[in-house]
Amino acid sequence: MKESFDFLPVGRPARKRPGGPAAERRFANLKVKSVINSDTTILEKSAKHAVTSTPVSLARRIGGLSDRAIAWLFITPTIALLLAINIFPLIWAIRLSFTNYRANRPNAVLENVGLQNYHRVLTDSDIWIAMQTTAHFVFWTILLQTLIGFSLAYLIDRKFRGHAFWTTVILIPMMLSPAVVGNFWRFLYQPQIGLFNYIVSYVTGVPPSSFEMLGSVSLAPWSIIIVDTWMWTPYVMLICLAGLRSIPDYIYEAAEVDRASAWRQFWSITIPMALPFIMLAVLFRGIENFKMFDMVMLLTGGGPGSTTEVASITLKREAFESWRTGRASAFAIILFVAVFGLANVYVKALNKVKQR
Amino acid sequence: MKTTKRTLLRVMTALGLSTALPSLAQADELTLCWAAWDPANALVELSKDFTAQSGTQMKFEFVPWPNFADRILNELNSGGKLCDLLIGDSQWIGGSAENGYYVKLNDFFDKEGIKMSDFAEAAVYAYSTWPKGSPNYWALPAMGDANAWFYRKDWFNKPEIQAEFKEKTGRDIAPPTTWDELLETAKFFNGKEIDGKKVYGAAIFTERASEGITMGATQALYPYGFKYENTTGKYDMEGAVNSDGAVKGLEAYKELYKCCTPPGYTDAYMGETLDAFKSGQAAMAMNWFAFFPGLAKDENVGGDRIGFFVNPKEATAASTLGGQGISVVANTDNMDGALAYIKWFAQPEVQKKWWQLGGYAVHNAVLNDPSFKDSQPFAADFLVAMNQVQDFWQEPSYAILLQAMQKRLHDYVVADQGTAKDALDGLVKDWTEIFEDEGKL
Repeated sequence: MKESFDFLPVGRPARKRPGGPAAERRFANLKVKSVINSDTTILEKSAKHAVTSTPVSLARRIGGLSDRAIAWLFITPTIALLLAINIFPLIWAIRLSFTNYRANRPNAVLENVGLQNYHRVLTDSDIWIAMQTTAHFVFWTILLQTLIGFSLAYLIDRKFRGHAFWTTVILIPMMLSPAVVGNFWRFLYQPQIGLFNYIVSYVTGVPPSSFEMLGSVSLAPWSIIIVDTWMWTPYVMLICLAGLRSIPDYIYEAAEVDRASAWRQFWSITIPMALPFIMLAVLFRGIENFKMFDMVMLLTGGGPGSTTEVASITLKREAFESWRTGRASAFAIILFVAVFGLANVYVKALNKVKQR
Repeated sequence: MKTTKRTLLRVMTALGLSTALPSLAQADELTLCWAAWDPANALVELSKDFTAQSGTQMKFEFVPWPNFADRILNELNSGGKLCDLLIGDSQWIGGSAENGYYVKLNDFFDKEGIKMSDFAEAAVYAYSTWPKGSPNYWALPAMGDANAWFYRKDWFNKPEIQAEFKEKTGRDIAPPTTWDELLETAKFFNGKEIDGKKVYGAAIFTERASEGITMGATQALYPYGFKYENTTGKYDMEGAVNSDGAVKGLEAYKELYKCCTPPGYTDAYMGETLDAFKSGQAAMAMNWFAFFPGLAKDENVGGDRIGFFVNPKEATAASTLGGQGISVVANTDNMDGALAYIKWFAQPEVQKKWWQLGGYAVHNAVLNDPSFKDSQPFAADFLVAMNQVQDFWQEPSYAILLQAMQKRLHDYVVADQGTAKDALDGLVKDWTEIFEDEGKL
């Protein structure tokens, strides 16, 4: 079912250069010319060599092709690959979603079941609970990561002594593999030996083994939010930092001249100018966390009960443990349509913000 | 031009060969797939004899339990050639037989004079036959196993504990023989301070992702009267799966979980319950017989300090079945070698050595040997357990059936949702839907 996630619109709008595409082309031409001028001999020599070593028959055949045909010739392999490993599985999954196909039962009769799979998925209360779990997880992780990430970026942007060092330190969690993070946070959350419980106990005075972060229904959803926030806040910080650094100083200087307060500068310059970046970070994190699987799987396995069973765990269980491929395909298509729709709306909003 | 063509050709051949090579397994080599656990090491040791006799090199692919089903079933479903021989879990047999993943062994057994009557009846039924109970054999019973219990004998033998237990309950402390006694004993030990450490009543299976909580809870469900069907083969589950007895059994399991397990054991399976016991936290614990040889030899809790007991009775006597049969994977490239291994493995002397090394042979030559009962402290219990085992569905759709049960049980026992009756009613609903899709209802 991987394909259901892989073609999610990343929605990274191309950054525009001042002057538009025409200027860009001129710029590119200029660059090429300068390269040619400086290496005339080498380039010419190699070109000549290529011309002479091309067999006459081949040269004649290619020479007869139009530019358009050559362009097609070059992109065909890529398009074919894309079709084969991205688009074809999608269409295949759509087809399977209308059948009772099971990948582990090759001998079973394939039946067309119409919309039954969709009907069952959409009326299955367990799947709605999984969707709510996912929504809860996505909402809180994004909120916390954006708040903390932006604050960190704002602090780092003050360019205090050693800020580069601290940036690196903050980035460390992000560099770890989610599988490693999941495993060692499992130990940190251990009620009897875990560091996390001891720290909470030290601060609040509650005995460490009196609460179970991963095993209790009320705490488990928060335990995965904490870990994800710990791991991915640096990423949001990095994007926000890029946003903050992109604000030209002269705007602040002009504001100083107008005697705008720091508070006013923050809300009227910093936030609006950094907003496209923040929104981009939110989009990336939203898509990533919508399909969160590995870390949660290792931390709780979806438990206790199904408290932390996010949609992708449900999907994986349907597809590769229960092997109800048809039904899982229907679920994947529904998820895909949901994310695709949401992301599209969001990208439109993002573009509007950027045009301001 | 010619040279380019030749180079191209060479590159293509090299590429082709490199992808083709791994599947061209050597004729005198066999790969055996199993779970990664104590008995697997014993099998490696045992198989050295086979290599010495036949000259066939043995390779092993051992997968940790939580991923075992995932990994190997994926391998079978995708027609992979990783395993020549597979010691697959008992529940897989229906699917593997119907999908043609395993070789049917009847003709081979007849030809080689291997008689299924030489093996324990319950083991043959559980590990070899599909459809259940019919004389169609898809595996040779390789490893008998059941879920059972072990306890801290040294704590049970402390005079002050014995006195306190007698005072509280009015009876002498002993390994529990009923679930009521088990609960009573677990509650007695829970929270007690022994040798300066706080201890807990019992470590039990609660794992969510694979099969843990089902294998644990059925240990209570079966004795209380849980049945999969009212009539065998009819899939009439209403009143069997959610009978009054079954509800009481599930409530008993939850009570044991709530009162007496160490903190943090909300997602515990084999490794975790062993940890709890070996670290001296639990007075009692459940696990598969497969681990008992290792436990008996453990430096901290083994020897005189450990005792074993069969799953306690309630309305009836029952134990949850573990264990596996050994099958030949149908698309092996070394069919003769694989069959030769099975033939070798079925010999009484090899089976005897298998038991000595820590594997659970179920050959009658081993089990009926008068010295068997005293050969290990848990050997007698093993015989009792193997005569009262019950297994989960072995249907081709077992994985979906298991997923449903894992969810219902974990929701009720660990996540506190609904009542035991709700959980089992829900399970009947889930399973009915699955069997309807199968066309069996």
